Amino acid sequence: MALLETKNLGISFGGLRAVNAFDISVEKGQLYGLIGPNGAGKTTIFNLLTGVYQPDEGAILLEGVNLTGKRTIDICKAGIARTFQNIRLFGDMTVLDNVKVGLHNHYPYSTFEGIFRLPRYRKVEKEMNTKAKELLEVFGLESYADYQAKNLPYGQQRKLEIARAMATEPKLLLLDEPAAGMNPNETKELMETIRFVRERFDMTILLIEHDMKLVSGICEKLTVLNFGEVLAQGDTQDVLNNPEVITAYLGS
Amino acid sequence: MSFVAHLINGISLGSVYALIALGYTMVYGIAKMLNFAHGDVIMIGGYVVFVTASGMGLPPLAAIVISMAVCTVLGVTIERVAYRPLRGASPLAVLITAIGVSYLLQNVALLVFGSDTKAFTNVVTMPNLELFDGQLIIKSVTVVTVIVSIIIMVGLNLFVKRTKLGRAMTAVSEDKGAAQLMGINVNGTIAVTFAIGSALAAVAGVLLCSAYPSLTPYTGSMPGIKAFVAAVFGGIGSIPGAFIGGILLGIIENLSKAYISSQLADAIVFSILIIVLLVKPTGLLGKKILEKV
Repeated sequence: MALLETKNLGISFGGLRAVNAFDISVEKGQLYGLIGPNGAGKTTIFNLLTGVYQPDEGAILLEGVNLTGKRTIDICKAGIARTFQNIRLFGDMTVLDNVKVGLHNHYPYSTFEGIFRLPRYRKVEKEMNTKAKELLEVFGLESYADYQAKNLPYGQQRKLEIARAMATEPKLLLLDEPAAGMNPNETKELMETIRFVRERFDMTILLIEHDMKLVSGICEKLTVLNFGEVLAQGDTQDVLNNPEVITAYLGS
Repeated sequence: MSFVAHLINGISLGSVYALIALGYTMVYGIAKMLNFAHGDVIMIGGYVVFVTASGMGLPPLAAIVISMAVCTVLGVTIERVAYRPLRGASPLAVLITAIGVSYLLQNVALLVFGSDTKAFTNVVTMPNLELFDGQLIIKSVTVVTVIVSIIIMVGLNLFVKRTKLGRAMTAVSEDKGAAQLMGINVNGTIAVTFAIGSALAAVAGVLLCSAYPSLTPYTGSMPGIKAFVAAVFGGIGSIPGAFIGGILLGIIENLSKAYISSQLADAIVFSILIIVLLVKPTGLLGKKILEKV
């Protein structure tokens, strides 16, 4: 059974058919790329997968469980985490606290215990700190722990967004244009980070990207989207050599 | 010596403003809305204590706890019924709704309790503090007010900075969408914010009515507006800012009353707000808003 499966997913905004009959099947452990020209509907698909938009039709299945129509937080709890095209860290919070926000649902104590600082509060907060620091270490961000997130260098902010998403303990990680605005060196480092995340956490990753070097470098499978429809789907090299795909990107 | 007495009274009044301002600033900081009904929640808190303590003869502490519980439920209900459906609406619509809720609470109180002034019995029953052979008398309610508001300010700051729910609040205040995608229940977090703000309003109501023992349906409205000024003065959204703003406002108001003119005191308070905002538009401890060009 595929980890993520969508069947006939579609959504319209007014008269615009943003996504139509979108089918995808991502196997566990796969590194899957979603590419396409600007405005093809890639981010819309991410927004559908995370419950930001509700689809007009079709179904989203994670490990066979239907997530269609669920609220964003329930989808997060079910195991889909994401990053954003334009970085959306909590800029005024510390790097450590950003990760701890991601841990929110996995470390329970009540508001009452928090207000009166009861023993369980201390114990759980301590565990959270340890876990968050571990994650920062994995991503090589431990020396920035007390920085305000907005003061990190750009490449590190991208990394922190991935670390924060990983803190929610997802089964599927969605990366929305992780290499946007990066120079070639940062992109190279990012590719290593993505590969590393997959190995280390045995993670399934679906990513949107324009950087073809990154896509052909790390993705095993690709889906190409054009005007909200699937143009091609399959192994990366086959898809990239597909004449229709080349036409969509470069014009005929 | 009279200067010291005026100063202390100012700090006492300022502590009440600070408590109310904490509620304003928390709700603004997290839900990004001005809850103009906050002052009237204070008035309701006062009436609950009046009914339970003076009417039913319950001990003051029990009355305060009941009042906090009633105000908490009231605050959460207001949020659920009046503000939540408007999430995502323009700030102006929310603001007008808040003013509407404020008038609603005042008129319900008018209907239930009547327009006559109720004599509020001081809930602080400790002896007054006499210093310098009785030259300087500090009322016990003053001492209690100042101590309570300091404890609450420090506690609230710790809560927001050090607990998971506090972090969720900060996250929601920065980016609701991203917070939700990290698994944070945005509506729940905002409801808790209202609950805490309203519980503080009940405490503020009790202390206000104990210091100035008269209660009408309009009791909360002027302190509410002044506390709002205090929150803006200190930098709205900032917890220490609300506290400092409240204390300063109380001192300025009381010293103006004592040395300049009691009629002009409010005018002076508001003029100072205007001057502060001209010089430092984000308030004393407000965040600088950088604009990238």
